[in-house]
Amino acid sequence: MSQQGYVATPPYSQPQPGIGLSPPHYGHYGDPSHTASPTGMMKPAGPLGVTATGGMLPPGPPPPGPHQFGQNGAHAAGHPQQRFPGPPPVNNVASSYAPYQPSAQSSYPSPMSTSSVTQLGSQLSAMQINSYGSGMAHAGSGMAPPSQGPPGPLSATSLQTPPRPPQPSILQPGSQVLPPPPTTLNGPGASPLLPPMYRPDGLSGPPPPNSQYQPPPLPGQTLGAGYPPQQANSGPQMAGAQLSYPGGFPGGPAQLAGPPQPQKKLDPDSIPSPIQVIENDRASRGGQVYATNTRGQIPPLVTTDCIIQDQGNASPRFIRCTTYCFPCTSDMAKQAQIPLAAVIKPFATIPSNESPLYLVNHGESGPVRCNRCKAYMCPFMQFIEGGRRYQCGFCNCVNDVPPFYFQHLDHIGRRLDHYEKPELSLGSYEYVATLDYCRKNKPPNPPAFIFMIDVSYSNIKNGLVKLICEELKTMLEKLPKEEQEEMSAIRVGFITYNKVLHFFNVKSNLAQPQMMVVTDVGEVFVPLLDGFLVNYQESQSVIHNLLDQIPDMFADSNENETVFAPVIQAGMEALKAADCPGKLFIFHSSLPTAEAPGKLKNRDDKKLVNTDKEKILFQPQTNVYDSLAKDCVAHGCSVTLFLFPSQYVDVASLGLVPQLTGGTLYKYNNFQMHLDRQQFLNDLRNDIEKKIGFDAIMRVRTSTGFRATDFFGGILMNNTTDVEMAAIDCDKAVTVEFKHDDKLSEDTGALIQCAVLYTTISGQRRLRIHNLGLNCSSQLADLYKSCETDALINFFAKSAFKAVLHQPLKVIREILVNQTAHMLACYRKNCASPSAASQLILPDSMKVLPVYMNCLLKNCVLLSRPEISTDERAYQRQLVMTMGVADSQLFFYPQLLPIHTLDVKSTMLPAAVRCSESRLSEEGIFLLANGLHMFLWLGVSSPPELIQGIFNVPSFAHINTDMTLLPEVGNPYSQQLRMIMGIIQQKRPYSMKLTIVKQREQPEMVFRQFLVEDKGLYGGSSYVDFLCCVHKEICQLLN
Amino acid sequence: MATYLEFIQQNEERDGVRFSWNVWPSSRLEATRMVVPLACLLTPLKERPDLPPVQYEPVLCSRPTCKAVLNPLCQVDYRAKLWACNFCFQRNQFPPAYGGISEVNQPAELMPQFSTIEYMIQRGAQSPLIFLYVVDTCLEEDDLQALKESLQMSLSLLPPDALVGLITFGRMVQVHELSCEGISKSYVFRGTKDLTAKQIQDMLGLTKPAMPMQQARPVQPQEHPFASTRFLQPVHKIDMNLTDLLGELQRDPWPVTQGKRPLRSTGVALSIAVGLLEGTFPNTGARIMLFTGGPPTQGPGMVVGDELKIPIRSWHDIEKDNARFMKKATKHYEMLANRTAANGHCIDIYACALDQTGLLEMKCCANLTGGYMVMGDSFNTSLFKQTFQRIFTKDFNGDFRMAFGATLDVKTSRELKIAGAIGPCVSLNVKGPCVSENHNAPIPQGGRGAIQFVTHYQHSSTQRRIRVTTIARNWADVQSQLRHIEAAFDQEAAAVLMARLGVFRAESEEGPDVLRWLDRQLIRLCQKFGQYNKEDPTSFRLSDSFSLYPQFMFHLRRSPFLQVFNNSPDESSYYRHHFARQDLTQSLIMIQPILYSYSFHGPPEPVLLDSSSILADRILLMDTFFQIVIYLGETIAQWRKAGYQDMPEYENFKHLLQAPLDDAQEILQARFPMPRYINTEHGGSQARFLLSKVNPSQTHNNLYAWGQETGAPILTDDVSLQVFMDHLKKLAVSSAC
Repeated sequence: MSQQGYVATPPYSQPQPGIGLSPPHYGHYGDPSHTASPTGMMKPAGPLGVTATGGMLPPGPPPPGPHQFGQNGAHAAGHPQQRFPGPPPVNNVASSYAPYQPSAQSSYPSPMSTSSVTQLGSQLSAMQINSYGSGMAHAGSGMAPPSQGPPGPLSATSLQTPPRPPQPSILQPGSQVLPPPPTTLNGPGASPLLPPMYRPDGLSGPPPPNSQYQPPPLPGQTLGAGYPPQQANSGPQMAGAQLSYPGGFPGGPAQLAGPPQPQKKLDPDSIPSPIQVIENDRASRGGQVYATNTRGQIPPLVTTDCIIQDQGNASPRFIRCTTYCFPCTSDMAKQAQIPLAAVIKPFATIPSNESPLYLVNHGESGPVRCNRCKAYMCPFMQFIEGGRRYQCGFCNCVNDVPPFYFQHLDHIGRRLDHYEKPELSLGSYEYVATLDYCRKNKPPNPPAFIFMIDVSYSNIKNGLVKLICEELKTMLEKLPKEEQEEMSAIRVGFITYNKVLHFFNVKSNLAQPQMMVVTDVGEVFVPLLDGFLVNYQESQSVIHNLLDQIPDMFADSNENETVFAPVIQAGMEALKAADCPGKLFIFHSSLPTAEAPGKLKNRDDKKLVNTDKEKILFQPQTNVYDSLAKDCVAHGCSVTLFLFPSQYVDVASLGLVPQLTGGTLYKYNNFQMHLDRQQFLNDLRNDIEKKIGFDAIMRVRTSTGFRATDFFGGILMNNTTDVEMAAIDCDKAVTVEFKHDDKLSEDTGALIQCAVLYTTISGQRRLRIHNLGLNCSSQLADLYKSCETDALINFFAKSAFKAVLHQPLKVIREILVNQTAHMLACYRKNCASPSAASQLILPDSMKVLPVYMNCLLKNCVLLSRPEISTDERAYQRQLVMTMGVADSQLFFYPQLLPIHTLDVKSTMLPAAVRCSESRLSEEGIFLLANGLHMFLWLGVSSPPELIQGIFNVPSFAHINTDMTLLPEVGNPYSQQLRMIMGIIQQKRPYSMKLTIVKQREQPEMVFRQFLVEDKGLYGGSSYVDFLCCVHKEICQLLN
Repeated sequence: MATYLEFIQQNEERDGVRFSWNVWPSSRLEATRMVVPLACLLTPLKERPDLPPVQYEPVLCSRPTCKAVLNPLCQVDYRAKLWACNFCFQRNQFPPAYGGISEVNQPAELMPQFSTIEYMIQRGAQSPLIFLYVVDTCLEEDDLQALKESLQMSLSLLPPDALVGLITFGRMVQVHELSCEGISKSYVFRGTKDLTAKQIQDMLGLTKPAMPMQQARPVQPQEHPFASTRFLQPVHKIDMNLTDLLGELQRDPWPVTQGKRPLRSTGVALSIAVGLLEGTFPNTGARIMLFTGGPPTQGPGMVVGDELKIPIRSWHDIEKDNARFMKKATKHYEMLANRTAANGHCIDIYACALDQTGLLEMKCCANLTGGYMVMGDSFNTSLFKQTFQRIFTKDFNGDFRMAFGATLDVKTSRELKIAGAIGPCVSLNVKGPCVSENHNAPIPQGGRGAIQFVTHYQHSSTQRRIRVTTIARNWADVQSQLRHIEAAFDQEAAAVLMARLGVFRAESEEGPDVLRWLDRQLIRLCQKFGQYNKEDPTSFRLSDSFSLYPQFMFHLRRSPFLQVFNNSPDESSYYRHHFARQDLTQSLIMIQPILYSYSFHGPPEPVLLDSSSILADRILLMDTFFQIVIYLGETIAQWRKAGYQDMPEYENFKHLLQAPLDDAQEILQARFPMPRYINTEHGGSQARFLLSKVNPSQTHNNLYAWGQETGAPILTDDVSLQVFMDHLKKLAVSSAC
């Protein structure tokens, strides 16, 4: 099935068996023969839609060998061969690389370590500075020594050569092979073939998508247009790449020596396009029903909308894995270096057209569990002996069926009530927990929300306090409640603070709220019990009275100092005193400098950036917050923090408690009422209303042979197995890494059961169970076939971001690059059909891994640049740690939608374009969103009717960019655009602030940072460069 | 002066002073041989309706070490405009204002009838009175309700410009900010953490520059430069607000589990109250009024833990050294009391609970600062309500009967030295109605010795005043003039003074030791002043001026001031507190309760405090100061039960029943604190109050031996007065002693 692959061999490469593709094909990656399979679509290269089905052989001539050079050259001559204008100044390239070689070597200092290659996660977490040498050594030893560097530079240029037709041959199913570095010979050789081939491709291939996606109707034209600037850039870009990836391009020149190197860059259209991949998946699986009835099946991409039917495995909304087929042995796993991980989002929102989780209640006897491993009853339990006993699918223990649970088996050994009991037939369901599962064996109290407002001068001044108080009145009407209940069981409480804390008694029988000031911030305590946490409905008038008064009460305040840790402490103590779990909403704006525990000083030291001490910036300043977080989790107190900084506030310290307690951190830099108000209010409203479970403990059980070893997310671990979360909401995901501890069997597969014990918003104790069965295989090809790049990136991002606390960023970046290369090299070596070493062959499932990985590497967290605010980096680091797959996908590869091509009659989103400046056009209007920000980019020559339609102003010049909301204009364009923005915003945990960007105006700089395929503003290589870099690494490894 | 009795009475009325000896022995040695020390009971601020204060300042002796006030005993040279200090003999010039002075034109302070005179001082800023309520909220609902009502009522009794403050406590301590507008606001403190005055002031934002936020709140930040005004506000401004606030006071909301006492942070609450006033209004009149309904159970000053199964300490525990919190708690409260006294403030304790509330530990707060101590069973009793109301009674001028921040200077003739003072005072800082003094005379001389008491205080009208009392007594040589001295003995004053010395000793010594000391003093006195033949008890006689003294001592020995049996430590502290501060008459009642008898045989008459007075056809009214007991004899009780009082033909019986009730009412009206009012009858359980007081002349041991049918036998092994006297006589005449 998924055997479509890019196969691009250089013309000079040896023809491969079974390759029947004509060289021209490669130029576009488009192999008409591949159109049948959905995934191989290459975007701009449109015609490339390289969906290689194994059976279809491109009609083209066999791949040209090096000897074809002449021929190619001839072609080149015959065609508009701008791409290969001539041999590159080889010496230039060589000289530019030369200096980096030593550094490359130095980064692999000790090839002495012979231990096998370990995976990224463990490397990152295990390695300290002093030990990373050995870690690197794995990589080094696993790879070819740098001196043997692959003809990296060639690859960069090689891509420009006419790509080889995909190799549909049996040998390389499912892979795409990029052409190896072309020699000058290749270049021209291929190019002449290209146009002719291309057209046939375009015709025979899947033209509709291409034309749809590609604003310029003909790919060929695009290509042509795209070249000149790229060429111009290529020199510096290469240098940039080298900077970022020392060692990435080592030793190229030597090998290149023979063939002259084309100066040209890779054709961006010729490299795998995430948009294409997304669209292909959408086209093939979107809108369909996906039934989870088969073990190890690969779900649709996160970007694809479909209806999921639980038929025994958890919905991918709950669990996504980096691969759905585990290697049978740890050796295999080590060989491939593909992380085995699951991204679990236990409380993921289920769309209304899918059935919600069933609730199983076994009364006092509680859930049925395996006696040995304590796994919960699930579809993986095998009933035997006429239904009297069952064998646990996880530990194989044979258990007696409790009498109350007995049921006869049918002729195929299935219980007669199989379909009546959710726990027997579904992947996800809930149990009502008995008292044994409650703290102190007492049923929990319903949770409480405590609103804690910083009333220091700045918050009063900018009107924030007034805004919060005003809006809370309506927001509290919508406290989450169980569907069947009339009124939310959640109680609310209020605290204001500056350097002292003010508690409020809002008991319903009071005529006026009462304020209680606690000044003993050194040892904060809760001054009242009764009347602090109240039912909103009952105390509504008192609460409104209070909210009305708070802004006035502090109107004359000129207190600038604030405390922070005591605030959390106070909230936690209040919940503790009330003996209930809950969530604190803290609205804070400044560095807490008042004398109190958790006092912070400004330690933002840009000099640390790019040193081994850079990690300090990500670590909390004091351990007060760490122990506070532990206390919070122990008492089921989740902290959500809204930050309104106008300068450095030390997010790394302030954000620690929110992170470890499963809370959310929101940050609004330089909050301005008229611009940021809406974003903040949406976030607040959303956060109050969102589905959430409290006081949760998650346990991930696995079948024998492997186990969960590492966890990432808004969690706290007091031991190695129990994942404790003060709260977990529908947007929070925990990424779990697995390791082998034995062999896995292909027959039984790898089973995962994730059980979350939690307290509902109405105070019920429940267990939420998600079960997922994965395949196992001893064939590496199966493993590669079943990978999910989005999940991989999620894992890599989290493990890398966790590692920044302990390791120099440089090391982390190297590890990421190396592991990427290693994964791909392993595939190349073991799964792809033999081909020239210089060919870049990507497994189909990882086609977009390089581009995503590059996005991750370019993220400001991993980018050591003093220009980027330390707080922003800490903030993004924290955000990513709790992201689910869909969020991380969007975050790292923003969605860029052309608006000027809107079909106002369609409700569909327009097809996205790749995040690159070259995709923008002066006549266009584009919308970009990454989950945090949204930009509306207006080309200088945007169509006036659109501008009129959207902004209700006559021309480009009249557009006022000082707005975060589009005006509501009664015009289809406006309506359509706002609807699109609504759709994009929907389901996203953070409200995106809209920024209007005019082309060639200063704010465009910010916008450009999100064009992730381009070279970054603050460094970070372009996609093309990175691909070359990875290719070199791979070549190096293969040699 | 006709008799000493009249002289004494006259003196007391005029100067509020009673001396044990009205003629003074002329040497120290002789004085010690008098057995009863030369001492006086002084009521410094005795109410004197006939004494209007003079509107100028006193003239002081110019010798810096003396500074005695010009008084009628001074020799004045009217021509030279000079006066000689009668204490240090310094000759002083009159100030210019006295230029017109002459034999016929004397200032008041030179007239003999103004041996006590009060000066009003005009200078100095007058600061309003301050009342800081410190209220326990760990009360039963009705108790709290009653207390709230009393407090609300009290607001109307305060002068409008008085400052009031409110601190409530339970598990936490809340200092309420009193402002006229906005939501009520309070500062909360943990009840377990001892804070220094500095910390308290910091946390309340009383340190000026530190807390700019505080200025934010207000009303008129400029007008009140002190942030403290947030906590102490004039009654007239915030009485509505405070009334509401009090009305909304809730019981301490923290749950108290079965078998636990509520957590009560009295120690911290008081500490904060003291710290608040200390930081804001030092040396101005202020009352901290503590209302508590149980023992402090946490934090500094805790008296007992919160486990109910561990009872609060008893005398037994204290003797066994088993009261583990006592010493520490006492120290805490003593420290507070000393600070309070130093600031010229006072602490009242109103403790209403069935069990003990820790008065033993807290007593020094009231004792050392001149505060009131009131003990009751519940705030929902008339005892508390009326007592509390009476605190705010006004004198004939419409001023409160309280004064603040008083200091008492005592100037003496050279021959006299002050040995110490017992009373509601701390060294150099005194306030209160009554002080006893204890003098010794080292250098006897002829003529008269003089003592001058100078009391500076803040009158309740907020004026500063000085009251000066100057008195003189003759010297006498013991050898030659023993009769004189004997006749000038004030046995009542002596009894009270000895009792106070005894009680004072009892605070620090074991009970039996004190009794032995008292007995020895009594025997020595009898030996010295009795007339007897050696070894012949029957010949023993005492002169009239001594005749009652042994009887006082007998009852004193049995009194709760020295006996702790059957009394809790709190009760003992309470009784002693009041004993140490009432004037002579009241003190005597405490020592020897008064018993009146009502019958058809004649008008009500005082009868012996003796079991023989308990007769079937009598109604008895006993006043022990702390209790008023009405006791119906057996027959009377039966009659009443039969309902004779309701029959018109027995109206006289109705009147008989009513008479003691009316008399009791009269006493109740006048007494502070309100006594416990007990109405009982023969065989009633409450009759024990009477039976425990009367002299057990008839007991189960001798009842039939006496062969009388009158009286009621007391089931006790205590000795009766008769036995006591017999022994006394025997010992007095014994030469062995």
